[in-house]
Amino acid sequence: MVIYGLFLMGLCMLIGNFVGNLFGAMLGISANIGGVGIAMVLLVVISQRLMDKKKLSEAAQAGIGFWSAMYIPIVVAMAAQQNVVSAMNGGALAFVAGLGAVFVGFLLIKPISALGGKSDVAEDSVKGH
Amino acid sequence: MSGFVEIFTKSLAEYPLITAFVFVGAAMWLSYAASKKLTAGRVHGSAIAIVLGLVLAYIGGKYTGGKKGIADVQMLSGIALMGGAVLRDFAIVSTAFGVRLEELKKVGVPGAVALVVSVVVAIAIGAATSYAFGYTDPVSMATIGGGAATFIVGPVTGAALGASSEVIALSIAAGVVKSIAVMILTPLVAKRVGLTTPGAAAVYGGIMGTTSGTAAGLAATDPKLVPYGALTATFYTGFGCLVCPSIGYLVLNAMFG
Repeated sequence: MVIYGLFLMGLCMLIGNFVGNLFGAMLGISANIGGVGIAMVLLVVISQRLMDKKKLSEAAQAGIGFWSAMYIPIVVAMAAQQNVVSAMNGGALAFVAGLGAVFVGFLLIKPISALGGKSDVAEDSVKGH
Repeated sequence: MSGFVEIFTKSLAEYPLITAFVFVGAAMWLSYAASKKLTAGRVHGSAIAIVLGLVLAYIGGKYTGGKKGIADVQMLSGIALMGGAVLRDFAIVSTAFGVRLEELKKVGVPGAVALVVSVVVAIAIGAATSYAFGYTDPVSMATIGGGAATFIVGPVTGAALGASSEVIALSIAAGVVKSIAVMILTPLVAKRVGLTTPGAAAVYGGIMGTTSGTAAGLAATDPKLVPYGALTATFYTGFGCLVCPSIGYLVLNAMFG
């Protein structure tokens, strides 16, 4: 059933959120540390196990696939509700600080990626689409 | 005929999420058509759709004076549901489906390095900008430094250190500028900065850190890269909230206090 896919994904997300909040509380800050990331790792591990055992039906996979396909429209809706006016009104300071961080960030991608060495997996998955 | 307009608005407002699906669906269709007809496919439809979303957010913000872009227009309030944190995070998690564990392991170390280096760099750039614009006390510098990390780290830092509301507002604005710049610039510079592999995407997520910015930037660049960037980006804000008001402030205080 389609809902089994959402059950699996939802459960991963709730556990991830709980663990992320727990990390935050342990470190004494009111922020979630990596909740979504933990959920993603859980989903990767569990869905891989289930698929290897052929325990994840096509319908259950379609339940997850639907949300994956909705990703871009959801991101567009997210963009449409950003506080763009306040960003424009922040003046030069906001622009210099925000854009500065982005520019330096782009420059850092290559050197830091190089730390990981040449990843063959990376090339495979780029070829794959 | 004001009765007609009222009935029309009411009809759309009664099903907010459905109205959002129709509205976003139309925006996507327009954007993909523009991508094909006007740019011969050179600019990806999703990139156009995201920029269109931001333009609509600006118009909505100007028109309503609110903080939630086009979602503050009453009949489009469903946009806030559709693009809110709940469905956004759910959709982000779903992109992890189909990723192999071995791939994740390989991108782990550079992703973590990116996280640490870039939080430090963002705080330094924000603090330097703050200093250059005359906010030279360590509290303001740390707060605006946090804003250059993400628009959540800024106010969290400011609240913890007792920064003025003007400085907190500036830190939020810096974070929003960053997030929007990441959305728009990523697809334009992706090839030149080497953002073409899952490993680079993980580094990119750890460097930029803004969940909304990286989510949109990667969507417009290559949807295959989304899970890797999204994964590392989700650790950034929490890590920034941890480091910025503590170590970040202490270092700035030692240097400028």
